Amino acid sequence: MSGAEKIAVTVTDVVPLNDLVTRFEFKRADNGLLPTFSGGAHTVVEMRDGDITRLNPYSLMSDPMDQSRYCISVRRDDEGRGGSVFMHTRVKVGDEMVISYPVNLFSLDLRAKKHLFLAGGIGITPFLAQTKQLERFNGNWELHYACRTESLGSYVDELTSHHPNETHIYYDDKKQMIDLVNLLEGQPLGTHVYVCGPKGMIDWVRKTATNEGWPREAVHYEEFLAPQPGKPFEVKLAVSNKVIQVGEHESLLEAIERAGVDAPYLCRGGACGQCETNVIDYAGNFIHRDHWLDDDEHAGGQKIMPCVSRFEGKTLVLDR
Amino acid sequence: MSKFTFPESIRSRPIYGTLEARVGPAHLLVADAHGAEAILDVATPQMMEKAHIIYIPKGEDYEDKLRALKPASFYSGPSYPAAEPRLRKALADAKMGLQVYLAGTEGLMGQAQNAAMAAGIPHTAIQTEHRGSIARRMQCVHCKGITEEVETDPFVCSHCGLNLFVRDHYSRRLAAYQGVRVDAEDPGNVPTPKGIYE
Amino acid sequence: MTIQFNDETFRDDYSFYNSERAIKRFPFPFHEDSYMYSVNMEQHRGGPKDSVYEKRFDVDEHYVSEMRDRAMVLADDPLRCQSLPHMTLAGWDLLELIMVSKSEDYPDLFELHRDGNKWRWINKPLGIDDSFVFLDEATLPYGPMEYITRQAQGDFCVLDQRDDNLWMDAGMVTTQADWSLDFDIGMNFFEWHAPVPLAHEKGIFVRALKFLLNIQQGAPARRLNWTMTVNPLLDTSPENYHKWGIQKTTLTPENIGAKQHLRVELQTFFRLPRSNALVFPIRCYLCSFQDLMTVPKWGRRLHRVVRDLPDELATYKGFIDNRPMMLDYLKNFDDGLPTSAGIWPDLETEPALET
Repeated sequence: MSGAEKIAVTVTDVVPLNDLVTRFEFKRADNGLLPTFSGGAHTVVEMRDGDITRLNPYSLMSDPMDQSRYCISVRRDDEGRGGSVFMHTRVKVGDEMVISYPVNLFSLDLRAKKHLFLAGGIGITPFLAQTKQLERFNGNWELHYACRTESLGSYVDELTSHHPNETHIYYDDKKQMIDLVNLLEGQPLGTHVYVCGPKGMIDWVRKTATNEGWPREAVHYEEFLAPQPGKPFEVKLAVSNKVIQVGEHESLLEAIERAGVDAPYLCRGGACGQCETNVIDYAGNFIHRDHWLDDDEHAGGQKIMPCVSRFEGKTLVLDR
Repeated sequence: MSKFTFPESIRSRPIYGTLEARVGPAHLLVADAHGAEAILDVATPQMMEKAHIIYIPKGEDYEDKLRALKPASFYSGPSYPAAEPRLRKALADAKMGLQVYLAGTEGLMGQAQNAAMAAGIPHTAIQTEHRGSIARRMQCVHCKGITEEVETDPFVCSHCGLNLFVRDHYSRRLAAYQGVRVDAEDPGNVPTPKGIYE
Repeated sequence: MTIQFNDETFRDDYSFYNSERAIKRFPFPFHEDSYMYSVNMEQHRGGPKDSVYEKRFDVDEHYVSEMRDRAMVLADDPLRCQSLPHMTLAGWDLLELIMVSKSEDYPDLFELHRDGNKWRWINKPLGIDDSFVFLDEATLPYGPMEYITRQAQGDFCVLDQRDDNLWMDAGMVTTQADWSLDFDIGMNFFEWHAPVPLAHEKGIFVRALKFLLNIQQGAPARRLNWTMTVNPLLDTSPENYHKWGIQKTTLTPENIGAKQHLRVELQTFFRLPRSNALVFPIRCYLCSFQDLMTVPKWGRRLHRVVRDLPDELATYKGFIDNRPMMLDYLKNFDDGLPTSAGIWPDLETEPALET
């Protein structure tokens, strides 16, 4: 079996927060306790939509100490492959769903003398759990949260009322910007910075931190990569001796699974490395989108991460 | 003998590089004896404007040359323990982005690296360059005492007196290599000491 | 209670012994007639009834005496149990994992009663009945890791996960195969394994690390490792090597069957949920050569493995000098017949020794 262990849950609350974001609450279907987790962990939610099964990762945002329920927040992406739209339009209170055990690819470095959180938009969710974890143990933290507008500022009120001294909010439409260079230059030795948000924000923070002399190990980031739609393509699976078609709105990994071939995975977002697959033969171009393989591997044509990467061309043969 | 090429060894043994000037709001340079040469090689006027040099001469004559670099702060002291309070104060006051450069003997670099790590700098971000003596700082695994400046293998623990052989297994936390009794299975049969790399 | 606990020692007069039941369930580590390193990991989700794989944390007849030996080691040298400051949460994780597992797996021996953060822990074999507040160190006599590992057989390494590596940042280590927690604490996966020969070159540790980094909550793993020990000495530490090393020279053809022990480590790996750390329990099982020889398959196989082991490994495992004497003994239990695959004794199906 692939992926993390599964948990059967019931949807116990669906709360639209604003035009884009809705919060979902899950409790265990058997009324038992959910596993505890560490701040920054995600769960993979299975969405059964007719013949299609989508598995999307979402950060757990509830209190890691609270074993009675899990909460996630889902931002609707009308351009995406339909997972978030399915959550927004089809999932109702009382529905039975399957989610994975928590997996953490964005954990706190508990040695840090201070934790500096930088969030963009829906990237706020892992920090909601991490700040709750740190509050329990008197951790030293500070949050800088950039939102598009006041009305799209999910959880701003909660954060500013509970943590007025630690929370700093920036609204794009008011031309407010995080003064990153000054912020980084002022941090005491032993500070770790964590960034979660759009790719541009992550790149900006990593580049600025490097220019300011920050060690690589003190800069943590999580980019939620959803698989992007793309042109359909054909793949030969050499081990299972099957030829499969990857549709416009499904990932290569999903197409492999749809063909009944068990393939390893964990994050389904290009970060964990579990689904790394050897390429046996190809004629065409890879569209690599993962954070796992390095540049040489991306150029080498010998490996692909089927959870987020695609292919355009005549022939692709995988060792699967 | 200022530069020495250490033989290849196991994964826990430190590997030293060549100091390079890096970007950062401040620079902390710690060296002993011939380590001063590595500082002289890496120093730039721009770096020195925001630099703090801590130097332990151990009888070598580099102090004037280092002072001539005009670092923002300069200290010359008789030993690492004497310099340590100043080093810890510099680290406690420092902000993220501080660049740390260590040069000289393994014992000096190991201990200063330890202080910088305790302040929150990952060890991989601390630059080191070996110069001068190849003596080692050894911990006796039995009595836990540290023997400084060990040049032979085996050697006598300066605390408990056991004859210890010199391992390449190294602890950053202790800033020391491991010494283990050489004649445990044949008491009294102690090989003739020779140089560690002979 | 279902288990009869031995009253025995692992030092001085070495009164340690294995019952017939303990010999049969001994985790013999060789699944074939030769040995080389491999990433021999498998899921840790139970196993054959009464085997050491059955429960999450195996409790056996040596439990009470092993815990007494651990207390003596710690009284002599408190540095055998250390936890770097950021590992306290992982210590609570470990306490929770062991208390929950043992109370569920051995309800007649251990009880855990939880009312929110108010916990009561009853350990009948050791006569402990403690109430404390979960996550409040002030309510326990030791730190959480030390408290629970004074009540759990085997060593425990608690590994922090960061920068795509595992870091030995906490542990309780008193039954170790000649390595020092006090020296190795703070090292990463490659560094603390640095002294192991051959395996680095074979890429074993790169693959093992990749596997371990991906161990997830609810999906523990396990493997076996082994070495040799003269006398049933649990504490073969570098710290005390100057005292026990000499015992290796006391083997004679007459006493080797009783004195020479195969030392097997059941290593398990659990993701710790609250800290995202990994715990690596290393449970040590000892069995004398003469007890092992009561299982014909193991007699045949052990002779072949020891005979064909590369010199580097025999040196690293510390028995190169004694190997000829071991082989003189073991060859009497190898009649050249083939052996069945796998580690199990297969007493019903494997033929008796041909004499």
